[in-house]
Amino acid sequence: MEITHLEAIAAHRKKRRPVALLTWLESGRSALLTKTDLASSSLAAPLSPALVDALESAFRRDRSMVVTSEAGEVFIHVFNPPLRMVIVGAVHIAQALAPMARRAGYEVIVIDPREAFATEARMPGVELLTRWPDEAMAEIAIDPRTAVVVLTHDPKIDDPALVAALEAAPFYIGALGSRRTHAKRCERLRAQGISESDLARIHAPIGLDIGAEGAVEIAHSVMAEVIATLRGRHAPALPQPE
Amino acid sequence: MAAADKTIHEHALAWHAEGRRLAIATVIETWGSAPQPVGSQLLIDEKGNFEGSVSGGCVEGEVIARAADVIATGKPQLLTFGVENEAAWQVGLACGGTIRIYLEPLR
Repeated sequence: MEITHLEAIAAHRKKRRPVALLTWLESGRSALLTKTDLASSSLAAPLSPALVDALESAFRRDRSMVVTSEAGEVFIHVFNPPLRMVIVGAVHIAQALAPMARRAGYEVIVIDPREAFATEARMPGVELLTRWPDEAMAEIAIDPRTAVVVLTHDPKIDDPALVAALEAAPFYIGALGSRRTHAKRCERLRAQGISESDLARIHAPIGLDIGAEGAVEIAHSVMAEVIATLRGRHAPALPQPE
Repeated sequence: MAAADKTIHEHALAWHAEGRRLAIATVIETWGSAPQPVGSQLLIDEKGNFEGSVSGGCVEGEVIARAADVIATGKPQLLTFGVENEAAWQVGLACGGTIRIYLEPLR
């Protein structure tokens, strides 16, 4: 592996561009290409149609794999943009969830317009945005590698955050609140023109049904639900409101 | 900063900048239950310092030992570890899976 490839992968990662490193296992030769390179015909080294198919599948499924080509085995190492968690509300659960998400490889962004909550001392090591969520979220690309976790319990902050999340395509949207709270929230969002199918995209009450008590345990149930959703597993969620 | 914990690649770039000679091991295939997914990496320097993992700790020792050869010769190696492996009793995977690792110099 070449250091220049590592530098290039880091640069693509920063710009949230999917990239793959191909290594021909017999010769040790390697080549780096972006998902965009694959779509265009401007490839430096022409690849066989089978290899192009394998690359497309590897990007889509976020799965690195070995494939066999005419030139022997090739390892496709996929580097999709880093996972990201946007947490709305610098609350107690967020203090437990943020370091957990970081350890799991997520970039963490915490949004809370209340400056008393959104302090570096309370939320070390994360990007803090002390702005209203609709403004802040317009600036962040909420993409399919992003999870949005809404935790303030305050409709003034939570509702615009949920509307912004539903307008984008994150892989996960979750909102804290009891079934009753969520039923009321759904009423307000319907009044703003949010469709039933969009409301159904919100995981609420948030988290898996593990009997969590207190902020740290709830953070675990949220993290687990985010992971299950990313992996396409249907783990036992807390019952949805009728 | 918002960044997740430092990646193996960030460690690799930092270690390289310090002038350390490096090898990198990558899990390229797994069968059965394996603790680390395909793509997981272990970074090793010429003194045997390492960062990351390619298993639950079962085969790292063997990979680190071989990394010294790879750094010295500049030649990559393909390694397979599993329960059916002759060396299983020393460096097998307790989980019963099999993993294939590509170990190469970083330059």
